[in-house]
Amino acid sequence: MSSSDGTHPGPRLAHHFDTIEKQDYAVRLGMWLFLGTEVLLFAGLFLGYTVYRHFYYEAFHEASRHLDLWAGTTNTIVLITSSLSVALAYHAIKQNKQKQCAALLIFTIICAVAFLCIKAIEYHHKFEEGALPGAFYHFSEVTAPGANLFYTVYFLATGLHAFHVIVGMSVLMWVLARVLKGEFSSTHYVPVELGGLYWHLVDLVWIFLFPLLYLI
Amino acid sequence: MSQSSQLSTDSPSPPAVNYLNADRGVWSWLTTIDHKRIGVMYLVSVLIAFLLGGIFAMALRLELLTPGPTIMGANTYNRMFTLHGVVMIFLFMIPAIPGVFGNFMLPLMLGAKDVAFPKLNLLSLYLYWTGATLALAGMIMGGTDTGWTLYAPYSTTTPTTVFPIVLGIFILGFSSILTGLNFIVTIHTLRAPGMGWMRLQLFVWGIYATSIIQVLATPVIGLTVMLVGIEKVGHFGFFDPSRGGDPVLFQHFFWFYSHPAVYIMVLPSMAVVSDAISAYTRKNIFGYKAIAYSSLGIAFVGFFAWGHHMFVSGQSVYDNGAFAVVSMLVGVFTAIKVFNWVATLYKGAIVISAPMIYICGFLFFVVFGGMTGIAVATVSLDVHWHDTYFVIAHFHFIMVGAVIMAFLIALHYWFPKMFGKMYHEGWAMVSAALIVLGFNATFIPQFLMGNAGMPRRYYIYPERFQSLNVASTAGASLLAFGFVIILIYLIYALVRGQPATDNPWGSRGYEWMTTSPPPKHNFHEPVVITQDSHSYQEPGEEVEHVVI
Repeated sequence: MSSSDGTHPGPRLAHHFDTIEKQDYAVRLGMWLFLGTEVLLFAGLFLGYTVYRHFYYEAFHEASRHLDLWAGTTNTIVLITSSLSVALAYHAIKQNKQKQCAALLIFTIICAVAFLCIKAIEYHHKFEEGALPGAFYHFSEVTAPGANLFYTVYFLATGLHAFHVIVGMSVLMWVLARVLKGEFSSTHYVPVELGGLYWHLVDLVWIFLFPLLYLI
Repeated sequence: MSQSSQLSTDSPSPPAVNYLNADRGVWSWLTTIDHKRIGVMYLVSVLIAFLLGGIFAMALRLELLTPGPTIMGANTYNRMFTLHGVVMIFLFMIPAIPGVFGNFMLPLMLGAKDVAFPKLNLLSLYLYWTGATLALAGMIMGGTDTGWTLYAPYSTTTPTTVFPIVLGIFILGFSSILTGLNFIVTIHTLRAPGMGWMRLQLFVWGIYATSIIQVLATPVIGLTVMLVGIEKVGHFGFFDPSRGGDPVLFQHFFWFYSHPAVYIMVLPSMAVVSDAISAYTRKNIFGYKAIAYSSLGIAFVGFFAWGHHMFVSGQSVYDNGAFAVVSMLVGVFTAIKVFNWVATLYKGAIVISAPMIYICGFLFFVVFGGMTGIAVATVSLDVHWHDTYFVIAHFHFIMVGAVIMAFLIALHYWFPKMFGKMYHEGWAMVSAALIVLGFNATFIPQFLMGNAGMPRRYYIYPERFQSLNVASTAGASLLAFGFVIILIYLIYALVRGQPATDNPWGSRGYEWMTTSPPPKHNFHEPVVITQDSHSYQEPGEEVEHVVI
């Protein structure tokens, strides 16, 4: 989508579009379609979770008690807060408040880093306990058959999600750099909007992962 | 070139400056964001893939010439059929029509200057090249013997080289997703003034339906091959029954993409035929809306038919029945198209030409392949035919019979527009006849031997199947011979061919409004569409009969 995102504010209309409005509409539509592919990507893992939970109900129930509920809850709060701040950043740039927008983006990125740090601590505990996927599983507290699969799903799903956090964070950093350069304004803010959309998706995936893995 | 969509049938001379020579040098091609050049580069790439997949196919047919070992052992044979499947499906058929003709023709048909995201389009091509290189590297490193279906847990435990190939498929998936996404946005946002949805050419409708599948189904195969790759390297046990994993879950994941992928290959083929059949009968398409909506119908029900690949995998009887019924709905939508195509032929001014031969072949193959598809979607019959040559013959009727015929129709129909040169119609008709005959000779015997019980994926077989196998190999040689003739006369046409006029077939497709080959930005003047697509008769005007 880089051809039409307006690297140069002046001629930001690509040659094959008639109007800026149409071009912005195209870029938004493209982003929504891309978010659709992301949902389908995660859908497979959610399906895997459902199937294995059905197969190994006892093990899944017991293993989920051994996840760190406090870390998970904190991370949920962190991500929801970051979703709010990225939405406010979008709101700010629409009102031409570049500095406020930049500050809110920085806050969002800090939240992303905090999320990853907490996740890393959680992973570290799991490694120490031996609550690991498949062949590496040697956690003594949950021995019901299928417990290793819970951690397979856990690491795959949270790992893929963490990867998306890193990507989303990079996107927001790139948007931030352009905000700081003064490229965006109340008439040109689509990249802020798209970065925000992506970040909301990252948040949304976690909002489903958290109850499935930690709570039920 | 006129400002409206009035189409001229001749032009004085081809344009001196066009997209092919506007910029020069290899670098100008590798960095181009022109959809036409990207289409041409896709054409070269998929033809190389087709050649490679064809060589693997011929090796298989040669091996099956005699009941015992002929030219290779079991392990080589297993690798060969895997490579044949992977190359033909992921490197040739999925990108073939959307990548080549979708890229080249879609913006022209919409009256647009380019696709919505030209740089993303180039990225798709580079991802295709990257994925193809990885897959080919995996083959050179020894290849794999899992079959293109990569069924777990065999694919996660086989000692052969799986990882580079699944990584290649993963990256090819991204290429496919980005192409589909690009096309959907293009069709939504870049239609010329006057181009309503009901004026879209049927090729555009077909590509639109295909793109929806590419965007929604491909992420799932991405996840699936990623899990296979992780399992192969990291032993996570997701599909490994010894660790509690479920191999049938793999099959569900795999076919959730790979059944709709059949329609990623077939819908563009149907789209090509819908456009070409109207041009080569010089007649308005019959049942425009029915054909357009049936594409969307196939795309929709195609998502819910995957379980018919798993009738013998331990699905519940209820699931089997449900998947069988949904599969048959695909047949209903396909039949709608076939009836409309045949009705278009009726009383049309049929132009006897190579594309027309392919169109007739296509209709026969789609009907025959479709009917046998209904047969294998019937649970009780499929239990008998499952994993036999009957299934091989069935899906080759669709994959080769429909897709390759349509690819050849598209190649011949649009060749003058793409390269500004005319090919030799006589030779084209000879090779078309050879290919249609060769195809029948290759695959009809496979129906018979499959029904008699010959299983797929074995390099040796009981002697009673030999005569049918010899017939099949002879047919395959005829097919290969036909393709060689095409290669020769098309290369000759590129070098020495007569210059093409703007609209040598007298087609009413919008893509013929521009010059042959088109200028760099597609049209010399902004396009305004004033007539419906596929409209051959205007009030008070006699239908023109063209004889070539």
